[in-house]
Amino acid sequence: MSMSTSIYEHPTGSGDPAGAPLDVTAIRRDFPIFETGVAYLDSANTSQRPNQVVQKMEEYYRQYNANVERAAYKLSEQATAEFEAVREKVRVFINARSKNEIVYTSGTTAGLNLVAYSWGRTNLKAGDLIVCTVMEHHSNLVPWQLLAQEKQARLEFVDIDEQGRLRRDQFDALLRQEPRLVAFTHVSNTLGTVNPVKELTAEAHAAGALVVVDGAQGAPHLGFDVQAADVDFYAFSSHKMCGPTGVGVLYGKRALLDAMPPFLAGGEMISAVRLEGTTFREPPHKFEAGTQAIAEVIGLGAAIDYLQGLGYPAMRAHEDALTDYAYESLSELDGVRIFGPPPGPDKAGVLSFDVAGIHPHDVSTILDRTGVCVRSGHNCTQPLMHRLDVAGTVRASFFLYTERAEIDRLLAGLKEAQRIFA
Amino acid sequence: MADQMYREYILDHYKNPRNFGRLEDADISHEENNPLCGDVVGMDIKTRDGVIDDVRFHGRGCAISQASASLLTERLKGMSLEDAREIGKQDVLEELGIEISPARLKCALLALKVLKVGAYGLSQEDE
Ligand SMILES: Cc1ncc(COP(=O)(O)O)c(C=O)c1O
Repeated sequence: MSMSTSIYEHPTGSGDPAGAPLDVTAIRRDFPIFETGVAYLDSANTSQRPNQVVQKMEEYYRQYNANVERAAYKLSEQATAEFEAVREKVRVFINARSKNEIVYTSGTTAGLNLVAYSWGRTNLKAGDLIVCTVMEHHSNLVPWQLLAQEKQARLEFVDIDEQGRLRRDQFDALLRQEPRLVAFTHVSNTLGTVNPVKELTAEAHAAGALVVVDGAQGAPHLGFDVQAADVDFYAFSSHKMCGPTGVGVLYGKRALLDAMPPFLAGGEMISAVRLEGTTFREPPHKFEAGTQAIAEVIGLGAAIDYLQGLGYPAMRAHEDALTDYAYESLSELDGVRIFGPPPGPDKAGVLSFDVAGIHPHDVSTILDRTGVCVRSGHNCTQPLMHRLDVAGTVRASFFLYTERAEIDRLLAGLKEAQRIFA
Repeated sequence: MADQMYREYILDHYKNPRNFGRLEDADISHEENNPLCGDVVGMDIKTRDGVIDDVRFHGRGCAISQASASLLTERLKGMSLEDAREIGKQDVLEELGIEISPARLKCALLALKVLKVGAYGLSQEDE
């Protein structure tokens, strides 16, 4: 599948689009967990981590474990250097103008909440409009609900069409009401829909709104260029992109971050503290209160190296081929109904489906007994479940290390479930 | 393997639930859901002189939650409220007679929770 011209792709620094295909057998040797024999089809939930990432964190713990920025000795200097080098790595990864636009967080959820609390509380007033969508993960929806409640702002949701794409007519109609903020996901974790971030952002900006994008699924599978798409905020999590848990990134445009008040207060983020009052450091440090997840940040750097070493075009091609195969095979099973767009440039490696007469949890339990891991339930997208009128779905998701044989095991397990429930 | 959890009689209770429906003039009526997976079970109980005269359940969800509710209603009919209060988690699991994985315990025990909260105002956490 060709993808280089698509409006849905804007990875940065990710190499030759015509590069060599992934050597998945070799890749899987980097992931010792596969020696257990599981078929892991839940990477949209959390990815597996390669040796390179675990070893890098171990190196920190064994060789230069110290707090960053607080102490005047070599060990701490080395830890600080590694910690800050990752910031530059992330800057390049998403093509930010400055590394001061890269705020370390504990994950996507924390990043989105930071925007809601810090920017939202300062800037929104009663009657203002926030636009969100029905396909959002709870972490890009509930913070806006709380903010809207607190500020007596209005919150409106863009619906999806029958194939699980955003209704552009509704999006446009809501923009005409001049929202202050528009929040949507880069890639839906349930439908696999890839939203045209750049187009949506340009339209929202033309209407005078700021744009917050949930990059939890986009950063790992497509990569992202914040300047090309011109978004105002972009949040993502390390643990979905081969990095450790407990760390993530919030990108924010410098001028916005400068004007925003701190969210959490404490050590590291202050410039001078007097009993009468405190001045704060410049972004990003203003938003990084307390001891950070140092080993995890350093691990995230190794994860970015790993992904960029493989190259996003090759990863995307690999995931596309798996998605094609799984989509076609699932479509041939009686009683299986797939949600979301068919394979194509606006579809990522996430397939949600249900099986007639069998609850998603029962499907998942039966699959689990054969060593196949899938997500089942609402996938943290309950409003979307209501919209689709289902209690939940079964979700299989693919990543750079997924092989066809794992999808075959999924298919065999589904047939087994149908046999049991026949 | 998977068949050990999805025994024939569990599937039978799932596909042909006993005492399924609503009671118009119930003395006790309560519904609970399992926020994690969206399973819903509700129960209507009619009592006479402290004895469960009739019971119906409604809901939707996985085979385990629905079969467990169906089995529980069979057991409850004709039982005194006093005796029903003594039914514990272990009893329900034994009645199901299958190995329940930790992730699915909440499904298996949802119907019991409906009874405990609805009839006695207890939550299982209090036990
Ligand atoms: C689309 C999307 N947004 C947000 C999140 C939340 O990410 P985290 O739990 O890492 O904060 C997830 C992960 O489940 C997701 O898939």
